Amino acid sequence: MASSKGSRLRGKPLRFGGDRIFEYTVMGVATLTLALVWLLVVRMVFDAQLSIERFGFGFLIGGDWDPNRDVYGALPFIFGTLMTTGIAVLIGVPLSIGIATYLSELAPPWLKGPLSFVVELLAAVPSVIYGLWAMYALRPVMVDTVEPFFQSALGWTPLFQGDPVGLDKFTAGIILAIMIIPTIASVSKEAMMAVPDSQREAALSIGATRYETTRIAVLTYARSGIFGACILGLGRAVGETMAVTMTIGNANRVSWSLLDPGQTMASLIANNWGEAQGLQLSALIEVGLVLFVIALLVNAFARIMVGRFMSRVPATGGGL
Amino acid sequence: MNTYEYRKLKNTLASGLALACVILALIPLVYILAGVVVKGAPALSWEFLTNRTVGTGEPGEGIGNAIVGTLLLVFYASMIGLPVGILTGIYVSEYGNNKFGTAVRFFNDVLANFPSIVVGLLAYALVVAYLNVGFSLIAGSVALSIIMIPIVANTTEEALRMVPNSLREGALALGVARWRTVLKVMLVSGRAGIVTGALLAIARIAGETAPLLLTAFYSSYWSFSPTEPIASLPLTIFRNYNSPSEVLLQQAWGAALVLIIIVLTLNIGVRLFMRQKTKKSKAVRMRWMTRLSRRD
Amino acid sequence: MSELEETKGSQNGDQIVMPHKGGRTWIVVAALVIAVGVILAAVLSGGLLSSGHRKDSVALTGAGATFPMPLILKWADEYYNKTDNTVKINYGGGGSGAGITQIKDKHVDFAGSDAPLSATDSSTYGLVHIPETLGAVVVAYNEPGLQTLRLDGPTLAGIFMRNITTWNDPAIAGLNPGITLSSDQITTIVRSDSSGTTFVFSGYLTVVSNEFATLYGQGKSVSWHDAIGANGNPGVTQTIKTTQHSIGYIELAYAIANNVPFAQLKNHDGNFVNASLETTSAAASSATLPAGDGDWSHVNILNAPGASAYPIASFTYVLIYKELYNDQSKMNKTAAKALVDFLWWVVHQEGQSYAPDLYYAQLPSSVTAINEATLNSVTYNGKTLR
Repeated sequence: MASSKGSRLRGKPLRFGGDRIFEYTVMGVATLTLALVWLLVVRMVFDAQLSIERFGFGFLIGGDWDPNRDVYGALPFIFGTLMTTGIAVLIGVPLSIGIATYLSELAPPWLKGPLSFVVELLAAVPSVIYGLWAMYALRPVMVDTVEPFFQSALGWTPLFQGDPVGLDKFTAGIILAIMIIPTIASVSKEAMMAVPDSQREAALSIGATRYETTRIAVLTYARSGIFGACILGLGRAVGETMAVTMTIGNANRVSWSLLDPGQTMASLIANNWGEAQGLQLSALIEVGLVLFVIALLVNAFARIMVGRFMSRVPATGGGL
Repeated sequence: MNTYEYRKLKNTLASGLALACVILALIPLVYILAGVVVKGAPALSWEFLTNRTVGTGEPGEGIGNAIVGTLLLVFYASMIGLPVGILTGIYVSEYGNNKFGTAVRFFNDVLANFPSIVVGLLAYALVVAYLNVGFSLIAGSVALSIIMIPIVANTTEEALRMVPNSLREGALALGVARWRTVLKVMLVSGRAGIVTGALLAIARIAGETAPLLLTAFYSSYWSFSPTEPIASLPLTIFRNYNSPSEVLLQQAWGAALVLIIIVLTLNIGVRLFMRQKTKKSKAVRMRWMTRLSRRD
Repeated sequence: MSELEETKGSQNGDQIVMPHKGGRTWIVVAALVIAVGVILAAVLSGGLLSSGHRKDSVALTGAGATFPMPLILKWADEYYNKTDNTVKINYGGGGSGAGITQIKDKHVDFAGSDAPLSATDSSTYGLVHIPETLGAVVVAYNEPGLQTLRLDGPTLAGIFMRNITTWNDPAIAGLNPGITLSSDQITTIVRSDSSGTTFVFSGYLTVVSNEFATLYGQGKSVSWHDAIGANGNPGVTQTIKTTQHSIGYIELAYAIANNVPFAQLKNHDGNFVNASLETTSAAASSATLPAGDGDWSHVNILNAPGASAYPIASFTYVLIYKELYNDQSKMNKTAAKALVDFLWWVVHQEGQSYAPDLYYAQLPSSVTAINEATLNSVTYNGKTLR
């Protein structure tokens, strides 16, 4: 343990001259970080004041974003964020858990390392490149194959109305799914690998198949870690800007159809920051504040989930 | 089919499904990398890498100033972000077992949770508007450093925490000053983790677009002045991704290729390095993975 | 937080890493730093030598309309060469709305906008309008097999109000006898950013359709019903190109440069005209413009009379402050002079000669004269710069 309190010899801890300077320097910089965060949050709340006072709570359920009448409401964008992240999680989570399972339980040892490596690498690709790829590689596939398929199968639901043009919440959701898979898969894989072998062996010893062992012993044991991983992925999807801006079709209204263009909170800011002044800028910053709070809550929840898993891991560090 | 065979079948199916997931996830990765290489490679030439981004779409466009711009942005951002991040990490790990340390750690986490577009928006409000620096290299670097600080602080703290206590205690027992212990013993043995964290943070901010959109603006020239707008690779991509001009679209793909080479080289190098140097307990690896995975 | 307890755990199950001298870390880091340093040094020295980082080097920043963007970028490049690499002009696009906001906030040195300032803005801010070129908003489309298309004002309004939803709607068919139209759904592509092009286009629709005027009105942002939004003229152009059965409004130069077909429109006099430099100039021939620092909010050449006048033509403006010095801006006298000189070059034959090749119409001499008066009145610290 860091021993500022620990080296409690008789009397005061031993101190050299340089110690004080160093400690204060380091503490000073740490305070700087703290001050920075404070500054940013305060600035954000302050700048959003105008909009908060004008619209109050109605901002969150207001469906109108109209610079011409100076009326702003965040509902279309909260809705867009929810829909796109919903798709991303719906598609991403099962795939990620499958990947994590494979990497943790089923992969031959020579494959495990390189494959994990490759999956982690996917997380490092900048999002603007995902967006570029989505425009020219994903979109044609969506327009020609995927969206017509869903429309023919599920066109009777309100989710698949309208013309498949490819620049819509569905495409944005899919590129988001691709982007969060590495995150969820990597952390889930770690959670699963941290499950003590004793659990697996216990299941195997009573005659469970590989699949059953995984289901009973590993997934159950690691479930809060996996859940935390999913929330982490969700947190990433919520704040994602570039790839979404480039694929979502930029329409500031609520629409239930996945094939309709939409807008998320992040893409709204990216699109409108330049032209926003006065009340519109304040409303935009308020949207940023909402986005920030959501990201904060989601990630805090993820940490708790992962943290809870961690405390389950016995003090021996996870091995037998 | 009796129960046993049924279970065996489920087992095989499940294994197959898991493998299918892996292949399904690998397809986009391969497709993306292949796509960027296939579409970007034709653009690459010495002229392309040394010409500037004129923007008219006439032949002769290049990304030279964008490459330099990205290097400069990252450089200035690191000059702010690395010292602040590392020192904060040192503080939290070495001196932070008190309420203040907990507060710093908490606020650092809060900082890490800012979506990058919100960081850009705030940097715009503070640096471009309030401080009246205008659209500039400085504004862009400040925005990037805000993203950088929590990553570096977290990984530094992690790296230092992993150094065994015995080293610290041994040095102190020998009468080495606290500050010397930290600098000479802890940092040296934790350097792999710290360098890893720094390089990963650099790779991350090199690819960030949203914060630069609102702060660094763009420049078609070789400009290095801190108070002038500056070009960058991610913004070159964003400017041109929707351009009907073939030349400008090609510029975007070329920039994407160069960017992905830079980012992946840093990441691959660092991760290879990380695996060799340190073996962590599973719990620690999980924490590491959680921290690194958190981005927007 | 909970990680604090883990500190103890980190020792068990870790392999103890003994510190050792040397090691690959420093070599790797040193190699990277040296590589970056070498690159930067080479570039900086090369840049310093060639691109003129001289004392009188000036950097001006502009933002705004994508309507004239190809031309402005061309001007910037040519002027950079002409001034021996001393005057750098950055133009960032972003849409007229962004341009106006940024110049009001004084974050840019000049703005581009196809929408003139409102009367209140004109009187509140000391900005002057300098029309730098003429363009036309065309109705571009992507309908396989459709080579020519004729539309009139009311039909156009109907399409964008989504009253007309299929290509073979009777209104469209009536204007195009002898052409078979498909029954595909029309996808309308509009601007998602605050745009002068939208201002011009919606202005035209307001003139030709009372329903549009009542329900939507003219504006830089219009709450289009059921449309796909794209950023900037380039974005809309590309979206039309890559979306079948789509129709949208873009500036003429973008349509021609990118081989996107566009419709013939019925003009004020009842003739179907194709947008071109000639028909654009014809629309401007009857325009009367105020002085640079006056109220331009009612200036438009929409639905102009004339046999060959194209109905959706528009001037596009550069906005600068009449008094270029202020506490907030970083503009020094050299930069201010450079800005005024650049604009002088732009509105005269030297600059205007680049317009036709890029499919923009040249300014009539009457407009150039107005611009000359405006530029001559621009001051720095009270003294005129020309």
